[in-house]
Amino acid sequence: MKEILVLAEHRRGELRDITFEMLSMANRLAGENDMTVTALFLGHEASDLSDGLKGACDSIVIMDDPKLANCNADPYLVAMELVLKERKPLLTLIGHTAAGMDLAPALATRLSLPLATDCLEVNLVEGRLEVIRQIYGGKINAYLTMKPFEQYLISIRPGSAAAEAEQGKSGATETVPVPSWENLKGRRFLDYLEAELEDIDIAVADILVSIGRGIGKPENIPVAQEFADAIGATLACSRPVADKEWLPKSRQVGTSGKTVNPKIYIALGISGAFQHQAGMKNANTIIAVNKDPRAPIFNVAHYGIVDDLFKVLPLLKEKFTKK
Amino acid sequence: MNIVVCVKQVPEVADADLEINKEGSGIEREDLVMDINEWDNYAVEEAVRIKEALGGTVTVVTLGDEDSEDVLRRALAMGADEAILIDGEGFEASDATGIARGLCQAIRDLSFDLVLTGVQSADDGWGQVGLVLAEFLNLPYASMAVGVEIEGDKAIVLRELESNTQEKVELPLPAVLTVQTGINDPRYVSIMGIRKVRNIEIKETEAQGLGLSEDEIGAKGSSVASRKLSLPPVGEGAEILTGSLGEICEKTAQIIRDKGGVE
Ligand SMILES: Cc1cc2nc3c(=O)[nH]c(=O)nc-3n(C[C@H](O)[C@H](O)[C@H](O)COP(=O)(O)OP(=O)(O)OC[C@H]3O[C@@H](n4cnc5c(N)ncnc54)[C@H](O)[C@@H]3O)c2cc1C
Ligand SMILES: Nc1ncnc2c1ncn2[C@@H]1O[C@H](COP(=O)(O)O)[C@@H](O)[C@H]1O
Repeated sequence: MKEILVLAEHRRGELRDITFEMLSMANRLAGENDMTVTALFLGHEASDLSDGLKGACDSIVIMDDPKLANCNADPYLVAMELVLKERKPLLTLIGHTAAGMDLAPALATRLSLPLATDCLEVNLVEGRLEVIRQIYGGKINAYLTMKPFEQYLISIRPGSAAAEAEQGKSGATETVPVPSWENLKGRRFLDYLEAELEDIDIAVADILVSIGRGIGKPENIPVAQEFADAIGATLACSRPVADKEWLPKSRQVGTSGKTVNPKIYIALGISGAFQHQAGMKNANTIIAVNKDPRAPIFNVAHYGIVDDLFKVLPLLKEKFTKK
Repeated sequence: MNIVVCVKQVPEVADADLEINKEGSGIEREDLVMDINEWDNYAVEEAVRIKEALGGTVTVVTLGDEDSEDVLRRALAMGADEAILIDGEGFEASDATGIARGLCQAIRDLSFDLVLTGVQSADDGWGQVGLVLAEFLNLPYASMAVGVEIEGDKAIVLRELESNTQEKVELPLPAVLTVQTGINDPRYVSIMGIRKVRNIEIKETEAQGLGLSEDEIGAKGSSVASRKLSLPPVGEGAEILTGSLGEICEKTAQIIRDKGGVE
């Protein structure tokens, strides 16, 4: 039977959600196409972690070596090369995460495998692999049919499926030999660093007023700040605003910033790239103001205002200060 | 330190009304404003800063049509020394591997210590070209750099991970890095600045000149058989508030009061 291989992602002693999301996807595909699902666990002395995969796959392949303790693309590439050459899975899934983005392109090149990155959906249609991904910052969906190959590599956008540890499986564990580590290129993992976040914690705020590149320039920030003050909200932002240091990095919402679950999230001039959505889509109520009716933020917002934020804000603020 | 930076010209789409072409394979680009890919702008700035600190040269390279000379001029105005334009003819419908092949052939014989690319391109968003290139060049790499220190023949790189976490890695040089936004504060480029570099000669080269055959690039060299584009339905999910601006704000204020318990 053909195999779907899922690279288990873990960091600092925890399996990451993307692992179970990919396993959900793989189990669905395997069910539809009569295939088996294998989780590949690269790590060191971490059976408590690899055991956590049992309920979500048919088998677990473990490679254990001190070099694999932390995700480092250099040894990971050599390890995966060995596994993929031995097992020849029809499909290998890797997360489109900081770890997976660092690994998948070089792996595909090394093994001459086709790779489609950042896919939301994967299907096998009459033996042909079809994927859906987004381009132009999420404004266009692209449906790709891959040419026929014996093996495919696909990286999966986080949040594309449910992350469930129990999927009615009981995967058997198998430990495989490590490679001889000849082809390493000398990249060394040194340390993890936690960004220092002085300033305030946006994750505890009930109401967030969040500004994006649409705010235009730092001189405009008081307009948003005054509105936030009027409704007792905290100011947050998308990445470009933090990149330009218009607001401190601690105010950034998204995959590389913070995940927030406020009662109300008001997005002003934010397009809604998936990395931003990942940090705010679970807010109870999302209100988005954007002059582009096709901005992806409207796909996760509950209420939308299609207009210029500089026209909306003064009027909206008045509703709270006049009383 | 000699540094090569790969830069790409992309359409600005955040504010634009995108239209898909008749064939459904691409978007209509005529009315779109073109600019340097945001990530690549940070990469050029990083390269110029390293050069300013340690000496050496910065060479920028792009694969595209004639108009993409603009992004090269822009990079020269920021402080790059040399520029290479690879003619995109034959590369249409290339996947990331095809593009990386072109870039690899154009730079492989240059002498460099560092190759920088952006993390991803704003249009295709593959997030692939930099690492495919690293593998073609048989070099160590690190993606998503938010900090780079050169220490002798090594680079100490801060890689961005999720949730405000970073990892520090060490790489022997030469190496390839993909640069993340926010790593620096890119300098402003004025029209005057671009005028000043108008006499710098841009080296032009094409696919055949790079020794690439037709089936290594373009649609033939791509692992994608076909691509159909569609616009997601407008505002799927969101209730778009309608009426006069005053009415819309009144409704919004009510929502904020109801859902947030705001007075
Ligand atoms: C690895 C990685 C990690 C990332 N992590 C994050 C993250 O944690 N958080 C994050 O936010 N991003 C992150 N990003 C970046 C993300 O991909 C987008 O580039 C970013 O979110 C875009 O920010 P934006 O919406 O503010 O800007 P843009 O995409 O430029 O959108 C600006 C929006 O403002 C609208 N607008 C402009 N003027 C007005 C006006 N006057 N009134 C109303 N609307 C207006 C426009 O229509 C547009 O929709 C990450 C990217 C990568 C590659
Ligand atoms: N046509 C191109 N010319 C030069 N550099 C490119 C080109 N396409 C991609 N790149 C580089 O590769 C990075 C990642 O692109 P991508 O893999 O398309 O997301 C970009 O940020 C650029 O630095």
